[in-house]
Amino acid sequence: MNCIIIDDEATARAIISQLCSNNSSLTILEEFPNAIEAIKYLNQNKVDLIFLDIHMPDFTGFDFIQTLKNPPKIILTTSDPKFAIEAFEYDCIVDYLVKPITLPRFEKAIKKAESIPSIPKNIMDGKVETSSGNDLYVNIDRRLIKIDIPSIYLVEAKGDYIQVKTEEKNYTVHSTLKKIEEKLPNNLFLKIHRSYIINVQKIIDIEDNSVLIKKDVIPVSRSNRPELMKRLNLL
Amino acid sequence: MEQPNLSYINELSGGNNDFKSKLIAIIKKEFPEEKEIYFKNFKAKNFKASAENVHKLKHKISILGLEKSYKIAEEFEDNLKENSVTGFETFNKILQTITDYLKML
Repeated sequence: MNCIIIDDEATARAIISQLCSNNSSLTILEEFPNAIEAIKYLNQNKVDLIFLDIHMPDFTGFDFIQTLKNPPKIILTTSDPKFAIEAFEYDCIVDYLVKPITLPRFEKAIKKAESIPSIPKNIMDGKVETSSGNDLYVNIDRRLIKIDIPSIYLVEAKGDYIQVKTEEKNYTVHSTLKKIEEKLPNNLFLKIHRSYIINVQKIIDIEDNSVLIKKDVIPVSRSNRPELMKRLNLL
Repeated sequence: MEQPNLSYINELSGGNNDFKSKLIAIIKKEFPEEKEIYFKNFKAKNFKASAENVHKLKHKISILGLEKSYKIAEEFEDNLKENSVTGFETFNKILQTITDYLKML
């Protein structure tokens, strides 16, 4: 099994790596001190098993699992046995190892992982999104922040960044309008200008070539106006 | 006071002295860093963050075979989560014991 280790503690990574070296069926591909780096890796590489620490600053092991649409098998590693019940709410978690991990207990966990059928390759694409279609994760200052998609009312392009405005808060994200457009549901969102995507359900009124959403007056480009009009339930 | 030992590390290394030396070197580097962050957060009365730091330090405590100290650390971590500093002095003694031990390795 191809494995990765995610743990912010170098000592823990070294121990797990040593335990893996005793088992010829395991290959450690990479080690990561934080979950964000691992998510990027998982987007491009096939992994069979993850050794995942729960307690990590900024982004916990459980946060990490929730960002993966189809996670591989996961063995949790923690100093805290209190999370065991929560852990088994996730189908991908095959075992739960309490630190310090001993060789016999480690071997038992590996046997357990091997006995469970592998997840098909075609779903091993751990994208940064949740299994629920209502959430979007954005990377801000190395943290993945969850945004409830229906709460977004406006996305504005600002150079190399986009500003995502929600009913609760505004987020400035290093991304493009094109990328976020692909992640947003077509039935709710519409690009009405090269710099703006709006949530059609949040429109207050339309006047000439502009739309009022919340307190924002947004221009509508001539080419996008017909599509906007089509979406409206006109009397 | 309970004294640290290398039983776990010896068992884990299975006679592989390179690994044993590597692991001890990592602990000797990482432990003071974790300790410093813990004291910094504690001094700033950021007890929730201190609890997280104690949680990390607990792993080193267990690796060094300090079973009773581990339980003390667990209780102290829980106290910090409740913004209580009960157990601070005892926990510091554990940290000092480990610091002294690591210097000898």
